Amino acid sequence: MADRPAPLEYNRTWPMRLWLGGVFFFLYAPLIALMAFSFNDSKRTIVWRGFTFDHYKKLFNNNELMLAFANSLTIAFITTLISVVLGALAAVMLWRFRFRFKGAIEGALALPIVVPEICMGVAMLVFFARVMPWPNDLIWPFSLGAIIIAHVSFCFPFVTMVVRARLASFNKEQEEAARDLGASDWEAFRDVLLPHMKPALIAGALLSFTLSLDDFVITFFTSGPNTVTFPVKVYSMVRFSVTPEVNAASTMLIVLTVVLMALMMLGQRKSTTAK
Amino acid sequence: MLNRDGQSRSTFWATVLPPTLWVAVFFLVPLGIVWLYSFGQNEGLTGISLTGTFANYVRAFDPLYLQIFAKSIFVAGLTTLLCLIIGFPVALAIVFADEKSRTWLLMLVMLPFWTNLLIRTYALIAVLRTEGFANFTLEWLWNNASGVMTFAGLAPLGDFQPLQLLYNNFAVVVGLVYVHLPFMVLPLYAALDRLDKSLMEASLDLGAGHLRTLFSIVVPLAMPGIVSGVIITFVPALGAYLTPDLLGGPDSQMIANVIERQFKRANDWPFGAALSFLLMYATFIAIAMRSYLTRGKAVDAHGI
Repeated sequence: MADRPAPLEYNRTWPMRLWLGGVFFFLYAPLIALMAFSFNDSKRTIVWRGFTFDHYKKLFNNNELMLAFANSLTIAFITTLISVVLGALAAVMLWRFRFRFKGAIEGALALPIVVPEICMGVAMLVFFARVMPWPNDLIWPFSLGAIIIAHVSFCFPFVTMVVRARLASFNKEQEEAARDLGASDWEAFRDVLLPHMKPALIAGALLSFTLSLDDFVITFFTSGPNTVTFPVKVYSMVRFSVTPEVNAASTMLIVLTVVLMALMMLGQRKSTTAK
Repeated sequence: MLNRDGQSRSTFWATVLPPTLWVAVFFLVPLGIVWLYSFGQNEGLTGISLTGTFANYVRAFDPLYLQIFAKSIFVAGLTTLLCLIIGFPVALAIVFADEKSRTWLLMLVMLPFWTNLLIRTYALIAVLRTEGFANFTLEWLWNNASGVMTFAGLAPLGDFQPLQLLYNNFAVVVGLVYVHLPFMVLPLYAALDRLDKSLMEASLDLGAGHLRTLFSIVVPLAMPGIVSGVIITFVPALGAYLTPDLLGGPDSQMIANVIERQFKRANDWPFGAALSFLLMYATFIAIAMRSYLTRGKAVDAHGI
């Protein structure tokens, strides 16, 4: 008992430490077990039988699962490209212009963030079944179009949110100066505003990439038999049984997510130190 | 059309049109069609005629569906309460951590949030199923306890019966808490972080205990954050589809599962559409409540 914690040093008291330990165990133990058992040399049991890469080999030979993985990455990539452009435009629109119906448009752009996923999923199902049937004999990646459209619809409002927050700190005089010195609308945007928005654009891009990669419910309602994404494929596998192959596939996706998140944190740190 | 900075009309349209058109065509139109369908009825195998009937909404108030609505609200509410109880100390710990461990703690809370929902649910299945980790640990404890009792000269406990932890309401609540905890911790943290710590010190100096300080100083000041966290957790939990579908049993269906069934298996789109819109209205009411309850209360510890 060298020194007792000061009154507000709650984190040094044992009940707090126990609580935190318990919560993080609850959050992480299932995921860590899942990752660890992707290397387990046994098909069914949860008892450790030795280290192996077999499940990964099987995974890479499982064409359906690999195709679903490739589909997911392609969809996430294209979704991100479109979402960043649309999201940035919407953010600039809400920040710069005053016009009639602005409030209505602002509300409409916030709607995809709050509407329950299931409602958006069935809306997309109805839309692509009745209004704009997506031809299912298109060549890859155009066959993924319906899913990409649905993903962009729920991703780009998030990009708008992030970029808008960043624009609030922009000093408009900089842009006015550029225009006084003869820059056109486009030049002022490209050379002055865009560099300021860059960190938010990167954060928004990573956000929409993860959201798209993550989505199950909305994709479930828009994907056809030939356009299966990774979560939809895993869903159909999980319904039947727990297999180490799914563990291996999940581990790969978790690692990808962690890498993306590390990149985002690094980017944020850079942009805050640059200021 | 006013534009402040004297920019050309074409710049204005180039900025406004693409996002507005996208959200109108690929979001509002689909939702609008679902809304119209909710006043329609099935005709033949695939046709739906928009008759303007309220029959679908009336059917939603059938005791069978009312019960599922009530159950969804109860499960989402219980999830939110558990998240609040579990998450509050975590948010408090993050606020009181030093700069460096704070970043780490925040990241630890957010990382599962970024991990694929399906993977997290799958991980829970592996823990909870009859031959899963939870039962495995319990069996180990049981056998050891049994061994100790034999050693002490008592009758052994008998064979271990694995607990049915999966495919019931218990699993659904565990799954929802597991998935939604970060939704609660982050707004709580944001509110607690702005709290003036000297108020807590003053309370402690003046003789209040830690619990009293917590309930009479911290909780009232953090109320806007608590309300935000509660709503932000409740809304997605109410509309949860995947968790009850994969972890629940036949009696743990929530409203989203019923909607899915109407659209995919039962093929009764008008009724499914009506249920979707009822869920959406419930969501909007919750969000409106949040802005009503936190209105005018800037999250500012000094504005007592």
